[in-house]
Amino acid sequence: MARQQDEVVFETRDLKINALRDDGTELPIVKGVDFKVRRGEVVALIGESGSGKTTISLSSLGYCKPGLKFAGGEALLLGNNVTEMSTEDLRPYRGEKVAYLAQSAAATFNPSLRINEQVTEAPILHGTKTREEANAKALELYHALELPDPENIGDRFPHQVSGGQLQRLMAAMALCGEPDLLVLDEPTTALDVTTQIEVLKAFKQVIKEEGAAAIYVTHDLSVVAQIADHIVVLYNGEVKEAGPVDTIIHSSKHPYTQRLMAAIKPLPEAGQGEETKDANAKSPALEVRGIDAGYGKGSDGEPAAMILRDVSVSIDRGKTVGIIGESGCGKSTLARVFAGLLPPVRGDIFLDGDKMNGDLGSRPRQQLQKIQFVYQMADTALNPRQRIRDILGRPLEFYLGLTGKKKEQRLKQLLDMVELPYAFAGRYPHELSGGQKQRVNLARALAAEPEVVLCDEVTSALDTIVGANVIELLKSLRAETGVSFVFISHDLSTVASFADEIVVLYAGRVAEQGLTDKVLSAPNHPYTKLLMSSVPEARVGWLEETIGTKESSAGIGGGVTMTDTGCPFFNRCPLAIPGTCDVTSPPKRMPSEKHVIECHREISELT
Amino acid sequence: MNSKTRQVKNQDHFVAPYDAGVSFDELPDSAPSSRYKPSPTGWIGMAIVGFWVTIAITGPFIAPYGENDLPFPDAYSEFQLPQPGAWLGTDVSDRDILSRLMYGAGRTIGISFAATILAYMIGVVLGIGAAISGPKVDMVLSRINDAFLSLPTIMLGLVVVAALGSSIPLLICTAGVIYATVIFRLARALGQEIMVMDFVEAAKVRGEGRWWIITREIWPNAAMPLMTDFGLRLIYVILFISSLSFLGLGVQPPQADWGSMVRENLGALQYGVSIIPVIAPALSIATLTVAINLVVDDVSAHSGGKLSKRL
Repeated sequence: MARQQDEVVFETRDLKINALRDDGTELPIVKGVDFKVRRGEVVALIGESGSGKTTISLSSLGYCKPGLKFAGGEALLLGNNVTEMSTEDLRPYRGEKVAYLAQSAAATFNPSLRINEQVTEAPILHGTKTREEANAKALELYHALELPDPENIGDRFPHQVSGGQLQRLMAAMALCGEPDLLVLDEPTTALDVTTQIEVLKAFKQVIKEEGAAAIYVTHDLSVVAQIADHIVVLYNGEVKEAGPVDTIIHSSKHPYTQRLMAAIKPLPEAGQGEETKDANAKSPALEVRGIDAGYGKGSDGEPAAMILRDVSVSIDRGKTVGIIGESGCGKSTLARVFAGLLPPVRGDIFLDGDKMNGDLGSRPRQQLQKIQFVYQMADTALNPRQRIRDILGRPLEFYLGLTGKKKEQRLKQLLDMVELPYAFAGRYPHELSGGQKQRVNLARALAAEPEVVLCDEVTSALDTIVGANVIELLKSLRAETGVSFVFISHDLSTVASFADEIVVLYAGRVAEQGLTDKVLSAPNHPYTKLLMSSVPEARVGWLEETIGTKESSAGIGGGVTMTDTGCPFFNRCPLAIPGTCDVTSPPKRMPSEKHVIECHREISELT
Repeated sequence: MNSKTRQVKNQDHFVAPYDAGVSFDELPDSAPSSRYKPSPTGWIGMAIVGFWVTIAITGPFIAPYGENDLPFPDAYSEFQLPQPGAWLGTDVSDRDILSRLMYGAGRTIGISFAATILAYMIGVVLGIGAAISGPKVDMVLSRINDAFLSLPTIMLGLVVVAALGSSIPLLICTAGVIYATVIFRLARALGQEIMVMDFVEAAKVRGEGRWWIITREIWPNAAMPLMTDFGLRLIYVILFISSLSFLGLGVQPPQADWGSMVRENLGALQYGVSIIPVIAPALSIATLTVAINLVVDDVSAHSGGKLSKRL
């Protein structure tokens, strides 16, 4: 195949896409967009949700989502206008000339077919490769994507590999047919930071090696800085700014781009969070000591899957404790123990210094009132058949005995607190947006007038900008109400900007805990260090620097594994001592007051 | 410079919306709920269903003859062709087919409706009960249900009616119990699905009792899909009751019912006299079931998108 450099693989000329309204009128969604993707180049389409970035990227496949239609202009794939082709005409292009990588690899793979079958399907189906050639190509890609055990990974089923591996396998699926253009739609958004690095690195390398062109759709400028050559900034279906990555990232001119830059989460830095130095040495609002908890029932009365081991955390009145760790580290499990949804097998829970029953059912109403839970997904956390008035009114009635006018008054105050108009009281949850629903979700917790609010990944499902607004709201609520927050997130920068204290969980154990300032500055547990170094920075070249360090080369690539003995981080730790770390549990080291690091290494070795 | 002026112009154009904090994500999932407006096929279905329901209620009062009266007592002859005085002709015993259809409508629709209601009461209570109870209760109820489900419905109906004799209350009970098995499964699946939703857990964390959780959290969310299924289930019960009657085990002569009318008059086809005595009740069954289906389809198409989003 003659693949010359500088050849334009995909180009849009004044592309317009309209949405069809119910009444037959058309609403412009994409309003005349021009950009070019040359061979060997990655072009990033960036913007917040609703900016039309996914719609534009899909036009390269000659596809419009249902309810949309091409309204003008051209989308040229290898010089052919795909907007005017029939499905039949498009068939030779899709999967062969252009491949699409969706956000969720788990949803892309068929769970009941072996991976290799699915990776090689497209080229075999299109007849561009024989089965042997396709298998050889797949194997080559598994090597290039640095998948573990490349010879045999194709024989596994999708559920037998980790999320990050599946994401890379999806790239292999797309690249197996050697397409000219690759469309990647937010491929790392749902991943942990450590996994994200690993996937970004593999993507970048393999795109360069294959000489394909790529469109990379995302809202995250720091990710774009690592992978793209060109950036196209979109807002409301229009191009606001376009140019080489360096120019856009380091000297953006347009106010909208600058606003996107400002929405980038600040890097987790020391010096944030407030020192607790109040004289009133009251007992903490909520405390757990030596918790062991897990799921299922084993033979010996122990849980079949033990998640938390010897976890002790205390939440002081009016303070915010952030709990971080990768997915599968037991963050939500800990929240469920606090809430009484999962009674621990060992250990005690104290509320205001009094011992509390571990099981929800045997806690009196006053105790239930003091601990409120805010769920991650507002969509499922609010009963779709209840109006906002009923959702918020029930805790008022149930805990505080408010009725009639008093209840309505309090309801109004609550909606006010979360910055929603009072008129929303009569609406159903599906008549609100994602961010508004999350506000109602918060208001419901506050309605109970609790002492501690448990927030489980409350911003993870939201758009960056909407999520940032919710964090702002949380900050003002904290100042207003004096409630303690437990803030669970896998996003270190959000936690760092919000929490007074941080608990780093790894594989169900506390790796490090202390004041935010202390946790984020040396000495660190190696795991904390890995998490901190994995948060992408919005500058070109960060990815290369980071993957060169010994922390990340040891840390990325491994997964979270629960171990019965020794330190669970052993297999990913750059400082691991074989014979010690994998055999005996690490001691608690305290470099300063209220700062605990569980590691076999001396404090001096951890700086 | 030209490019510079253009940029400034651009700015004025777009700064306003996002500084006002409006973005696409801030738009709600759906507009404030609109009322159900039937489509043309929905209207047709409703008209036909409405027509049959009216006949079912008023039939005995507006029928030209009594159920077992002969329109032409002086000229007895089976299967007379349509003529003034008997617009659909007469049946095997020379009774007016139109009048019998009108009497039969009430019986067929009434029995089926009562049986479906009974099936729902049994199925929903046990199904949701199984979903929210512990695994042991669920196990016992589900296995009993599976046993019933494994029996062919018509056979089961035949055995029960043959053993206990045929009467209308017995017919209702038999059909009700048989169809309760299907509804049990549906209600249990819905209940289980809703049980694991966060809002139910939120209610538990709040300390709500079991009764509140069933009536306020689970039921409102299960009701809508169950309602849609009600129409479909009613069709099956109509067909079941008609089949039993056709086999001679349902409504007993001389009482009229659409299924038994088809059986009584089969001779008309045999002798090639007229097809109306068989076609008229068969067509009645067909129009009613198809019409119910049209209405159900239309309602669920309207709520479909939203329904799936809610669940």
